[in-house]
Amino acid sequence: MSTELLETARAWHDAGHAVAIATVVRTWGSSPRPAGSMLIVRDDLLFVGSVSGGCVEGRVVDEAAQVMEAKAPRTLTFGVSDEEAWDVGLACGGTIEVFVEALT
Amino acid sequence: MKRATLDALLAAAADKRAVCRVVDLESGDERIVDEAPALESDRATLEEADGRRAFFQPFNPPLRMLIIGAVHVAQALTVMAKELGYAVTVIDPRSAFLRAERFADVDRTDDWPDEAMTRLAPDRRTAVVLLSHDPKIDDPALEVALKSDAFYIGALGSKRTHASRRERFEARGFDAATIDRIHGPIGLDIGAKSPAEIATSIVAEITAELRRPR
Repeated sequence: MSTELLETARAWHDAGHAVAIATVVRTWGSSPRPAGSMLIVRDDLLFVGSVSGGCVEGRVVDEAAQVMEAKAPRTLTFGVSDEEAWDVGLACGGTIEVFVEALT
Repeated sequence: MKRATLDALLAAAADKRAVCRVVDLESGDERIVDEAPALESDRATLEEADGRRAFFQPFNPPLRMLIIGAVHVAQALTVMAKELGYAVTVIDPRSAFLRAERFADVDRTDDWPDEAMTRLAPDRRTAVVLLSHDPKIDDPALEVALKSDAFYIGALGSKRTHASRRERFEARGFDAATIDRIHGPIGLDIGAKSPAEIATSIVAEITAELRRPR
């Protein structure tokens, strides 16, 4: 893994921001980003990195904001999107599991 | 992630030490270890035992690219290689080629290529790219590369140039299988003409060598 994103996390934290880190921990089938891929989220919802091709980042950022408040980590699972239900999901047909934690 | 863990991961990266973060996905408890299969494979893995799930996230030092010949193609290649996350060193004993103005923000050495290569010791996370087009400069570096575990070795030059390179290395006692490790002519065959296009074909070939399942 590259540590470039962690450097951003440190810089934001040093500047007094609350920060959350989302990491792909498991993938099934075709998925755009491998396990270990990270998304770093700041308390004003600015984010860098990715956990998918852009399909689920919006949802992950929302969850990250809650994790920053609650501090307890949570694990999210995203599967294939159900377009009719306007559900968040992956267009590629894969499934990913994302671990979201606060930087404390 | 605790701030202390973040600092430890970044300190290891600054020292070019490989470390793996292990985190319990239920509690968020974490630790850092120096050895783990995930570091060897450079793949993050999830392990389940006794109903608990531990995520192993490897942080290896960056891949390296050693470029011999501070030529025009090398200028384009260093920019792309850095974007791809490689730590780049350009080797050329000709100081006029190796000027800092031509190669900003990369390591440079004007040591003789065999000395520089021996000191830099290419390993299985290193790509070696020979661009000088001059056997006096390329060959000593290539000799060190062929004795190393470098995952990629490529040499600029036409088919004819490469055929005579093969003959020189056969004469030096290298067997055919070893010489076959050299990608020559270098780069994927995409009809590249300009230095930036040739650099594109080279980074594509290196990426294929790195990522394609064998």
